[in-house]
Amino acid sequence: MGKRNFSIASLPGFATVAMITFVFLYLPIVTLVVYSFNEAASMARWEGFSLRWYEAALNNRQVQDVSIRSLVIAAWAATLATILATMAALATTRNERRFPGQTMVYALINQPLMVPEIVTGVALLIFFAMIKVSTGYQGLGYLVAAHTAFCIPFAYLPIRARLETMDLTLERAAADLYATPFQSFRHVTLPLLVPGIIAGFMLAFVTSLDTVVITEFIKSAGQDTLPTYMLGQMRRVITPEMNAISTLFLLLSLIAVTVFFLLSRKKA
Amino acid sequence: MRTTGLILAAGALAASTALSAAQDGGQLNIYNWGNYTSPEMIEKFEAETGINVTVTDFDSNDTALTRIRAGGHGFDIVVPSNNYVPIWVEAGLLMELDPEEIPNMANIAERWRDVEWDPNRTHTIPWQWGTTGVIVNTSVYDGDINTSAIFLDPPDELKGKINVIPEMTDVMNLAVRYVGGEQCSTDRDVLRQARDKLMEAKQHWIALDYGTVDAYAAGDIAAGVYWNGASMRARLQNDDLAYGYPKEGYPVWMDSAAILADAQNPENAKTFLNFVLEPENAAMISEFARYANGVEGSEEFMPEDMTTAPEIVVPAEHEPAGYFSVTCPAETQQIYTQIWTELLR
Amino acid sequence: MSAVELAPHGADTAKPKAGRGDIAWRWWLVAPALVVLLLAASGPLLIVLVYSFLEPGNFGGVIWNFSTEGWFQVFFTRDIFDETVAPATAHLDIFWRSIKLALYTTFFAAILGFPTAWFIATRAPDVRPIWLFLVTIPFWTNLVIRTFAIQEVIRNEGLVNNVLRGLGIISAPIQMLYTDFAIMLGMAYVFLPLMVLPLYASMEKLDFKLLEAGYDLYASRLRVLWHIVLPLVKPGFIAGSILVFIPAIGAYVTPRILGGGRNLMLGNLIELQFGQGRNWPLGSALALTLLVIVVFALLFYIRSTSQPEGQRHG
Repeated sequence: MGKRNFSIASLPGFATVAMITFVFLYLPIVTLVVYSFNEAASMARWEGFSLRWYEAALNNRQVQDVSIRSLVIAAWAATLATILATMAALATTRNERRFPGQTMVYALINQPLMVPEIVTGVALLIFFAMIKVSTGYQGLGYLVAAHTAFCIPFAYLPIRARLETMDLTLERAAADLYATPFQSFRHVTLPLLVPGIIAGFMLAFVTSLDTVVITEFIKSAGQDTLPTYMLGQMRRVITPEMNAISTLFLLLSLIAVTVFFLLSRKKA
Repeated sequence: MRTTGLILAAGALAASTALSAAQDGGQLNIYNWGNYTSPEMIEKFEAETGINVTVTDFDSNDTALTRIRAGGHGFDIVVPSNNYVPIWVEAGLLMELDPEEIPNMANIAERWRDVEWDPNRTHTIPWQWGTTGVIVNTSVYDGDINTSAIFLDPPDELKGKINVIPEMTDVMNLAVRYVGGEQCSTDRDVLRQARDKLMEAKQHWIALDYGTVDAYAAGDIAAGVYWNGASMRARLQNDDLAYGYPKEGYPVWMDSAAILADAQNPENAKTFLNFVLEPENAAMISEFARYANGVEGSEEFMPEDMTTAPEIVVPAEHEPAGYFSVTCPAETQQIYTQIWTELLR
Repeated sequence: MSAVELAPHGADTAKPKAGRGDIAWRWWLVAPALVVLLLAASGPLLIVLVYSFLEPGNFGGVIWNFSTEGWFQVFFTRDIFDETVAPATAHLDIFWRSIKLALYTTFFAAILGFPTAWFIATRAPDVRPIWLFLVTIPFWTNLVIRTFAIQEVIRNEGLVNNVLRGLGIISAPIQMLYTDFAIMLGMAYVFLPLMVLPLYASMEKLDFKLLEAGYDLYASRLRVLWHIVLPLVKPGFIAGSILVFIPAIGAYVTPRILGGGRNLMLGNLIELQFGQGRNWPLGSALALTLLVIVVFALLFYIRSTSQPEGQRHG
């Protein structure tokens, strides 16, 4: 028995590679955080500890506006995209025969992945501008819609992968026990699907946070997001103020993790 | 999961209402290059006028033009570069300015009053101006730096340590001038020479990147094509860096503020243009963006490291080589793009 | 709210059948996603299709005259000096380079991602979300600043080179920045969660009893991995590779900052046409060419990998 336990977790080297991966992931992040406390206006020289960039960031109204706007759009887009993607994934998996048009549907869902952002950006700019002119509405709705559509494949693929590997025995057992279809979905399918949904939501969220070129083209007055704000700076000078903002975002993500963890603990 | 979703959605709602709050009648929406609008200057403007300002960034002239042309943008003020101004004017996107309504237009420095891209300043006012030249680390190479040979025929010391900004038109024009042509040339002989020169030089370039002030200051890159203001920032970090004005010709540019024809707050926009033409306020922009502004008398409000900087104050002997970049006609642009694609294939 | 009403039928497919009603609820369930996609992604692409058959405007945009010049220029170039027509080998080079780097990136991400997903899936159930979050946390920072941070780590005077020099392992800095290696590294970094999360989602519910049985039968970890684990996590692997490979082909920011932009990638080439090149028809045609290539690759990939599906659930 003891020997067998190894067969699962300890595929030789897997844990080592995983650790290397985490170092690889966090090395640049640690650098970024360290230099956010740098006195100098530079990522290249260390001139001593200072909080001046945090002060600058917290006093810069534009930076605050764009950061909040990014989070708002990401929260909306990721939530909507995850709901739509879950429904779509339920519809397009676990049937023995493809339904007519299923391949088309699959290609359509993944379409936002397939053209560079700038092309979607230009197309949406022209389309949305027509709507903006005719309706007079110029709000954040356009950005949320564009981000939602762009995030759908990122939510859809993990959820679909989850569904495809899910064991159907439990659902069948529930059906055999005369659970209504809704009960069996609510109490059996959905809980089993949760890891896929979490993965999908997280991917959609970080994807929205990084979506820059599409936003750059369709934003109206006062609708900069953090990435477009950064993009505008690429030709000028990027100060450690950006490191400070990034560090604050990391802090926020840590808080989100903790809250999530506590909530899931309480439920369990 | 559901609880978390609810919390997120509620938070998002709360935040989005917070964003749209806090307006008191007057509004002004500015569309400008990123990191180019002094926040202090905006605060001062808001305090003086009670107008609520939003600043939204663009990353290139082409993006800005495309975005505004599509409509439904909501902007009042835009700041295109001089070579794009004629396109904006011709397309009817800009409002004509009335000096009566903007009395501070009298503060525009003599040199910038009647300019070729906007004769008699009918549509734009100066925002910031600068040059595109070369930056060299003089501890690596101490020869003549006032030449495009720095990146087109590089001395051995600099080979493999050169960065060129990925601005197709600027780089192409520098190369065309270097081989003796005029900007936007369609002369096949000139173009062939320019292409061959670029092809040959490219092997000595380490990157075609916007580069960072840090990379020059730390010595990762020893020379390159760069803007004057950024070069000054780099020099302030590392004394060995110097800015050169290529004698074969170098582009001079001016980003110019204008009011959009379909601005929703034209009166506030005029107030703003008048405000930035006040020497003290123009100096605030320069102090922030690190370029000169073209407003008479603003020097006395500027930090000393700028009024004496050789990057900002063009030395008299180098002035004649500067030329205002113009927008090339479609034919040239297509040839340039083809050569550029070939160069970077 | 048709979706809610129809959801119950969803569970009904536990007993697979493909009757008329079955297809109907599937369409209803997928419809909302399709509507959003058609309105805010795919539909507007028709504009791009139309643009690819027009003449370029003088300063960007298009002139409404029919022209096939955009498509012609995708595949052929007229020499600017002697007007001869030749195949556009420069475009071919750029397509090929982008696809090659995207393949390397996918491979690299899989090498790192598979063991990482495995590691997470084999933790105790209550700490798995924590590890999962650890993978995504770096991506809460902005793409541009994150890429600059990578640059900071690998540049000549950067962290890695200085540590190696400090330890006396190397005497001169290794040039990592501005190489294809840097692009691959950076893209693998940027796209890693896109590989790890779908893999994890498909691994998380692996039937470890099956593995143990396999371990008894084959008595080799590698063979268990190959014959049992890989087929089981294939859906996750497919999802992960798609999510990494396709965006990597059109990637734009990472190649420019880390690769130094000496060579154009497809994303940069298309951007050039819509930007400084002011040739929207060519940009549109290039984008559609990319779209067609990717769709065919995707369909081929799906068809060739989805045969044994279905049996797995039995």
